[in-house]
Amino acid sequence: MTVMPRKPKHLGPEYQGCVDSMGTHDKLRVAILGSGNIGTDLLVKTLRSPFLACTLFAGRNLASPGMAKASSLGVRVSDLGITAIIREPECCDLVFDATSAADHIHHWAVLEKLGKTVVDMTPSQVGEMCIPALNLEDCLNYRNVNMVTCGGQASVPLAYFIGQVHPEVEYIEVVSSIASRSAGPATRINIDEYIETTEKALRVFAKAERAKSILILNPAQPCIDMQTTVFAKVKHLDLERLRPLVEKMVRRIQAYVPGYQLAVAPILENGRAVITVKVQGRGDYLPRYAGNLDIINCAAIAMAEAYARARIPVLKDPQYGGSPHD
Amino acid sequence: MTSVLISDPTLRDGNHAVQHQLDARQIALYAAAAEAARIPIVEVGHGNGLGASSLQVGESLLGDREMLETARKRLVNSKLGVHAMPGFATINRDLKQAVAVGVDVFRVGVHCTEADIAQRHIGYLRDKGREVYGVLMMSHMASKEVLAEEALKMESYGAEGVVLMDSAGAYLPCDVTEKIRELVKSLSIAVGFHAHNNLGMAVANSLAAVQAGATIVDGTARGFGAGSGNAPVEVIVAVLEKMAFSTGVDLYGVLDASDIAEKGLMRVIPSITSVSVVSGLAGVFSGFAKHVERISGEYGVDARDVFFELGRRNVVAGQEDLIIEVAIELAAGKRGGGCI
Repeated sequence: MTVMPRKPKHLGPEYQGCVDSMGTHDKLRVAILGSGNIGTDLLVKTLRSPFLACTLFAGRNLASPGMAKASSLGVRVSDLGITAIIREPECCDLVFDATSAADHIHHWAVLEKLGKTVVDMTPSQVGEMCIPALNLEDCLNYRNVNMVTCGGQASVPLAYFIGQVHPEVEYIEVVSSIASRSAGPATRINIDEYIETTEKALRVFAKAERAKSILILNPAQPCIDMQTTVFAKVKHLDLERLRPLVEKMVRRIQAYVPGYQLAVAPILENGRAVITVKVQGRGDYLPRYAGNLDIINCAAIAMAEAYARARIPVLKDPQYGGSPHD
Repeated sequence: MTSVLISDPTLRDGNHAVQHQLDARQIALYAAAAEAARIPIVEVGHGNGLGASSLQVGESLLGDREMLETARKRLVNSKLGVHAMPGFATINRDLKQAVAVGVDVFRVGVHCTEADIAQRHIGYLRDKGREVYGVLMMSHMASKEVLAEEALKMESYGAEGVVLMDSAGAYLPCDVTEKIRELVKSLSIAVGFHAHNNLGMAVANSLAAVQAGATIVDGTARGFGAGSGNAPVEVIVAVLEKMAFSTGVDLYGVLDASDIAEKGLMRVIPSITSVSVVSGLAGVFSGFAKHVERISGEYGVDARDVFFELGRRNVVAGQEDLIIEVAIELAAGKRGGGCI
């Protein structure tokens, strides 16, 4: 069942963009798959973006809180999941997949044929790993980008500089603590994939021989803010060079994740390099403690906006087989 | 005569007491002694279990495989057990290996409100035909109703019992009675209890658990474990026998095993230090003790202030990184100490 919003948007094959409230601006049309915490928070952020318009919010249960939120915001909703896009492929240019790692594999098989650009929020390891502070431009060349994990978004840019400053990184470790209430069912069922995906990103971006990732769900009430620590074992830790680079990177991330803060500047403790950051969310869908949702979603929005600004050249690139909009 | 299953994590929780530096000789020594004492389950590994050797918690001298293989060779009638926390241990990297090594008993541990992150791990291990228990850690942080709800989830995933851990040594006997009774009432599987001795309550709490219907009790040789240690297994066995519970453990054997552990495994016998009293009052995971002592020294702050502040922040096992931040803030005079 697809439910039209109170103010139906005119959708059709001829429709190539969306007119915002000022009636002047072409926006990239975005569908969100998955109506859980991630999908719903993404929706709120998409609606705020000057470059993006949400033309479909698709999940499996119209009675879910996310669906109710989307309906209240006047967004078109469907409980048919991916089928809603199969039935009406022209409804969107880009799809945020906020379902689960296992579902994403099936979704990508469908969306690739439909010529969609996909920003994958799950730890599926299918698409190109995207950390906007590091490789946003490169990612424009890919039709499926993977937003790694919340802990990956918080830590990989810092780990990257550890890898840049030191010729050999023997070992990198990242520990993220998040509030229990901020982790929905898909996050929980995917905890092993979270670990594996974060570790892969650390090995790749920090050029580390070995990497380990740990995720802690903290039951405390009131909820704790997201906290992420990067540990490293390197020969001859160069704090003098590392500190300004880390501070610069923190400012760069703050440009798209306003609540990202350095809590412990790089130090050497007990033979370990240590950097700690805290992430507070903007409080869009879940409260501010859910910095984990905020950081991965802010990163995804930054990526989608980059596609929008580049007018998704990949869709016109013949090597990808074109798109229904060509 | 009601029987109680004794599970002995001397070679796992005790690893916290020596910064995870137990070596192969020590593991072989105690595993053989525990076998001789007919201790039913001998848990082995890094203090936080499979896959937990890390800069965050401490790197273990030996890898999981070597620790488990060493113990496996010494255990015939006693079962080889492990602790595995989703978030540290993954199925692909850690559980598969432990299954291949021949671990008999898996205890899948989560913080007290997080049962559902153990669903796949418990399911996987039951599919492999292993004995699986669910463990609710830091259980003082949740009410009896919440604990019962989480334990029921574990039962539905296939756990054959659920163990409440007093990871911070924060319980008084009345707390144990209330919570264990609720679990016994709610579950159709076994209920267990794992004590820490920060407030001197480890044996009393274990007895309260048994009297409230628990049929699994953890104890370690001389209490060898994190912080001020666990309930001493030799005392638990003796007291349970005196109270007419049967454990199947040989009294002289477990007394000998404790003597062997004291000489062969420990730098010092665990005791209730001033700092560990504060740790228990503050409700902070016992495994933090060594880190807090070291980091407090480095930053010139009072370890007791650090524990109270960590308690205020509701830290759980695996959040050791917060210790540095708290010590730095205390050193900079941002926080006062001293109250709960």
